[in-house]
Amino acid sequence: MKPLIVFVVASAMLLAGCEREARRFDTPANNQTASEQAQRASPLQPGASQGGPVRDAFRDKSPYDGNAYAVNQGKQLFRWYNCNGCHSNGGGGIGPPLMDAQWKYGSEPAQIFQTIMQGRPEGMPSFGGHIPEDQVWQIVAYVRSMSGQLRKDVAPSRSDTIYAGPPENARMRLVPQPQTPDQPTPQGAR
Amino acid sequence: MVPPVFGLCLRLVLLAVLALLLASLSDYALAATPIPQAVHDALDAMGPQASHIASLWNVFLAACAAVFLAILAVLLYVLWRTPRADGGDVPDLSSLREAEPGPQRHVTRAVVVSVLALFALVVASVFTDRALARLSLADAVNIEVTAHQWWWTAKYVNGGPSDSFTTANEIHVPVGRPVVVNLHADDVIHSLWVPSLAGKKDLIPGRSTVMQFRADHPGIYRGQCAEFCGYQHALMGLLVIAEPPAQFETWVQGQRQSATEPTDAKALRGKAVFESSSCAMCHAIQGSLASAQHAPDLTHVASRQTLAAGTLPNTPQDLSAWISNPQLHKPGTNMPATPLSKDDLEAIVAYLGGLK
Repeated sequence: MKPLIVFVVASAMLLAGCEREARRFDTPANNQTASEQAQRASPLQPGASQGGPVRDAFRDKSPYDGNAYAVNQGKQLFRWYNCNGCHSNGGGGIGPPLMDAQWKYGSEPAQIFQTIMQGRPEGMPSFGGHIPEDQVWQIVAYVRSMSGQLRKDVAPSRSDTIYAGPPENARMRLVPQPQTPDQPTPQGAR
Repeated sequence: MVPPVFGLCLRLVLLAVLALLLASLSDYALAATPIPQAVHDALDAMGPQASHIASLWNVFLAACAAVFLAILAVLLYVLWRTPRADGGDVPDLSSLREAEPGPQRHVTRAVVVSVLALFALVVASVFTDRALARLSLADAVNIEVTAHQWWWTAKYVNGGPSDSFTTANEIHVPVGRPVVVNLHADDVIHSLWVPSLAGKKDLIPGRSTVMQFRADHPGIYRGQCAEFCGYQHALMGLLVIAEPPAQFETWVQGQRQSATEPTDAKALRGKAVFESSSCAMCHAIQGSLASAQHAPDLTHVASRQTLAAGTLPNTPQDLSAWISNPQLHKPGTNMPATPLSKDDLEAIVAYLGGLK
């Protein structure tokens, strides 16, 4: 009986492991909703500006919340697209910190997607049409790992660059507090 | 019952057939690359460094072949001389009880000969290393090569900062002038090997390594990443184009210029699409708004012979196919498929095709 239990448990763990590392080599479908209703909330755009609105998020969760490979890709893109230029390694600088519990424009995956796509006033550029939507979802998944929102076996455990803080998979899970615009901004946060 | 000598010969023949099969397989693989005429052969040395290494290889081959043949000859002699035993014979274990001075002397002699032969090979290796280090570096061309998953950046740094320029996946070198390549890695360990020009050298993140070579004959030489570096390690090629010094200078002058400004409407539209879509998030084209450094510099992409580090030949059809679905041609590459309308795609291909 015992070998059977060990076999079943081991197989389940192996299968879960495959899921965790799954890579997709096909071209992921773009945002399925045809609606391009979200207005850009920032005049700033990388490269040359695109006119017109951006797409709404068509799902509530990033499809990559449970995929360690995609979350690590998101971490690489966070650096490549110079998110760390303003947000640093999550600690904030020119832009607000991302590893804490204060979320000015909402901490739900769809809200983070919209923030990246639409941009926000006071400096967050609008990346809609500039970053492929599939990559935006990878970045959304990674950004959530900064405050411990992802499973520990999915969140990155190391950085490609020198970083003194704890890795994403060793952080406490914080409960982000969305701020409504009419709430006063707490001292020290933007 | 097959005589043991016959079995041995059969095995040797099988080994030879296997070696020939492997050799023809590598020919077949090279023929499938976009530039099949590119020379890719460590024994076909086209410069002093590669010829030192080829000589050392020949010395090792001769020494090892001589040792192999000598051992086979002794083995065949022993098999021929020893009387055959029947199945029911009791094994002769007398050597376990008493010493055998004769065979012991043979073993001692063989050990001494082996040590001397190995030492001779060490000496040959040291002399080769000295010869490699003595390449004259006067008037050298300096190139900084950075390896990425799975492509190469090459930055020519001769002259001041205003004279330096960046290209990707293809380097030009002048015939007869030494080339000093500083090697860096961006992500994981890679290794650069251009067999016809020089030996392998590893590229290690956080370290700088140096490779020196000289091409003595004009031609196209194929290089390849020689250290497993991930999913598309096999499709990480580098072309080295050796050309006469005058031609090389012309090429350098051309590479220092910004990208050609498009004139026709289609290419102009291509430029606008390139600058305003996800292309500009990773690629750079000098003289345009695109200035990111995470993907090959495309300032003079049309002057290069291959796309995606030796994955596809550089033709408009292949460029179009590559942009519309990179994962089909190089699964795992960091380039995402960009959703573009047919007109936008054609415009971008027209624009990039004009960047000579």
